[in-house]
Amino acid sequence: MSLLEIRALQKGYRSPDGQRQAVIDIPEFSLAAGQAVALAGPSGSGKTTFLHLIAGILTPDSGSIRIDGQELVGMDEHHRDRLRATAIGYIFQSFNLLQGFTCLENVLLGMSFGSGIDRSRAEALLRRVGLADRLHHFPRQLSTGQQQRVAVARAMAGRPKLVLADEPTGNLDPANAKESLALIRESCAENGSALLLVSHDRDILKAFDQVPSLADINRAARSLPLRA
Amino acid sequence: MTLPLLVRRSLRQHLLSTIVTALSLSLAGGLLMTVWSLKTQARQTFERMDGGWDAVLGARSSKLQLVLNAVFHLEASPGNIRPADLAALAASPAVKAVVPLAMGDNYQGFRIVGTSTNHFTDHEFAEGRRFRVRDGRLFEDGYREALIGAFAAEKLGFKVGTEFKPYHGLNYASNTQDNVQHDEVYVVVGVLEPSNTPADRVVWIPIAGIQNMTGHDPATAQDVSAALVKLRDPAAGFRLDQLYNKQGDKLTFAWPIGTVMAQLFDKIGWFDSVLTLVAWLVALVAAASVLASIYNSMSARRRDLAILRALGARRRIIFTSIVAEASAIATIGAACGFLVHFALLYGAAVLVRSQTGVVIEPFQPSWVWLWAPASLIGLAALAGTVPAFKAYGVDVASSLSPES
Repeated sequence: MSLLEIRALQKGYRSPDGQRQAVIDIPEFSLAAGQAVALAGPSGSGKTTFLHLIAGILTPDSGSIRIDGQELVGMDEHHRDRLRATAIGYIFQSFNLLQGFTCLENVLLGMSFGSGIDRSRAEALLRRVGLADRLHHFPRQLSTGQQQRVAVARAMAGRPKLVLADEPTGNLDPANAKESLALIRESCAENGSALLLVSHDRDILKAFDQVPSLADINRAARSLPLRA
Repeated sequence: MTLPLLVRRSLRQHLLSTIVTALSLSLAGGLLMTVWSLKTQARQTFERMDGGWDAVLGARSSKLQLVLNAVFHLEASPGNIRPADLAALAASPAVKAVVPLAMGDNYQGFRIVGTSTNHFTDHEFAEGRRFRVRDGRLFEDGYREALIGAFAAEKLGFKVGTEFKPYHGLNYASNTQDNVQHDEVYVVVGVLEPSNTPADRVVWIPIAGIQNMTGHDPATAQDVSAALVKLRDPAAGFRLDQLYNKQGDKLTFAWPIGTVMAQLFDKIGWFDSVLTLVAWLVALVAAASVLASIYNSMSARRRDLAILRALGARRRIIFTSIVAEASAIATIGAACGFLVHFALLYGAAVLVRSQTGVVIEPFQPSWVWLWAPASLIGLAALAGTVPAFKAYGVDVASSLSPES
C-alpha cells in the first residue's frame, strides 16, 4: 500500500477579476513508504500549494489525499493538525525557523506537537547534522547552511513517515546545496521516511532516479502563467 | 514544556514592551492594593483607636469634633466645660473614671495638652496596656514640667532636661514670625514609651499649666476643654447620652467613640469610592495596555504563529499561548506591584503617623494581597483573548513565505 495516495485532487483560487483559476489538478499521484521522489517544476507551477495540500495546511476543492491510510480531505482541523504533527516533516525553502528560539528549542518544538518532547533525541539529531556546538545558538547566529541543517533536524524530530521538502536548497550555494540534499536523503533513509521534494534546480534533481515534472502530473500547471 | 517555552521566548522577544506593560501593571496593582489597605486599615485603626475611653464630654458641638479633639488631638476644642459640670460627671455612679483635658497651646506644631497624672498611672489605653515612661518620670501637678510623647520627643529632639516655652494656639506657622510664645518655661521631665496612639505626638503638662498660662482668660482658669470618660457598663452610655444630648443643651456626650469615628468614615465613604474607582480604572488601562502591546505585535508574530501551526500546533495552543503570555506579563506586574504597594503604604503610614499618631502597618496581611493580583491577572488574561482570537485565525498558508 502506498504511503501517500492522491486521487482527482483539485485546488483553485478566484482571481481578482472573479474568474476561477485552477492551480492544482492532479488525477493521480502516489508515493510508497521510504520512497524518495523529486518533482521538477518552475516557480509558480503550484509546487508549494501541492505540498501545503498534502500537509493539510490548505484544503482542496475536491479529491482525495490519503496518508498512511488516513483520508485527509474532509478530516476535521484538529485531526489534520495531529496528522501533520505526527506523520509529516516539512522542510521549507526559507527554513522557517523560529528566530526567538534556539536551535535545540526549534527541534524540540518540532517534536512537541506530535511524538512528544525527547531532549536527548533532539540533541542527537543536531549532533547528527553537525551542530553539536550550536545547540543553544539562535538561528540568526548561524550561517545559511547551518540554518538549513536545523530545519532538517526539526523535520526529522517527530520521526515522520513522510518528509516534504519545498525548494530546500533554494537559498544555498551549490556546495551547501549538495551537502544539504545528501543530509536530507540520508536522514530520511535512516528514519525510513518517504521524501517528496520539489525543486526547479536541475543539479538537485539529478540526484534522484525518478524526477517527474509537476506539469506531467498536474494538468492545471500546463495552463498556469509562470512567475518571473 | 511547550506552553511555558512559547510564553518565555515570546516575553523575551518582546522584552521592551513586556517590561513597560509589566511596569504599568505593577503601578496599577500597587495603587489598588495601597488604596484598599489604607482605607480598610485606616478605618479599622481609627475606629478602634479610642485610647481606652468610652466617651468624650465637651461643649455643645458635634460628637465628631469632640472625638477628633480629645482622642486624636486633631480638631479645635469647641468650647469649655465648667468645673461644676465636670464634678457632676465625675460624681455620676455610671462613670468609672474621668480625665480632664485642656488644650490651647502648642510647641512647634505639637499640641500641648494639660491633663492629670491619673491619665498615665491608672488608665489602660488598650487592654492590659498603660502608658510607660521611657526616660525620666511623670510631671508633678503644680510644677512647670512636661512629659513628652515618643514621636513628639523624636521630632522635636526633646530629652529629659530640655526647656521650652509654649506657643499660643493650636497651630504653628513655621515660616512666619507671627507665632506668639508664652513666657512660661517648661522643663521636660519624662519621655513616654511609644504607644502607637495619638498620645505619642502630644506634649503633656499639668492641667493647671494650660489653665493658668499667661494670655489665657483668667475667667476660664478652672474650665477644661473636654473630659475623657470611662463608663462602668455599656448601659450607662445610654443614660448619659439621654442626659446630655437629649435633655441638656449645654454639653455634648460623644459615645461610643468607635461609632462616632465610623460615622466619619461613612461620611467620607464617597472619597474611598472615588479612590477605589480611580485604582480600578488604572488597572483597566493597564490591562488594556497588555491588549495593545500584544495586539500591535501580531503582524510581527504572524509568521512565527504560522510556522508553529505548520509544525502541528493546534489553534487552541496558539490561543492559549497568547492568553498565557498576557497572564504572565500581569503576573510579573503583580509581583512588582507588591514593591510599589509596600513603598506607597510605607509612605502613607509615615504621613498618617506624623499627622495623627495612628500607626498603619504596611506589612499587615490582607485579603487584598490575594484578590488584587488575581483580579489584575484575570483582567489581563481577558484582555489577552482579543489578540489571542486574532492569532487563532492566522492563515497558515499565506503567512508562510515564500511560495515556489
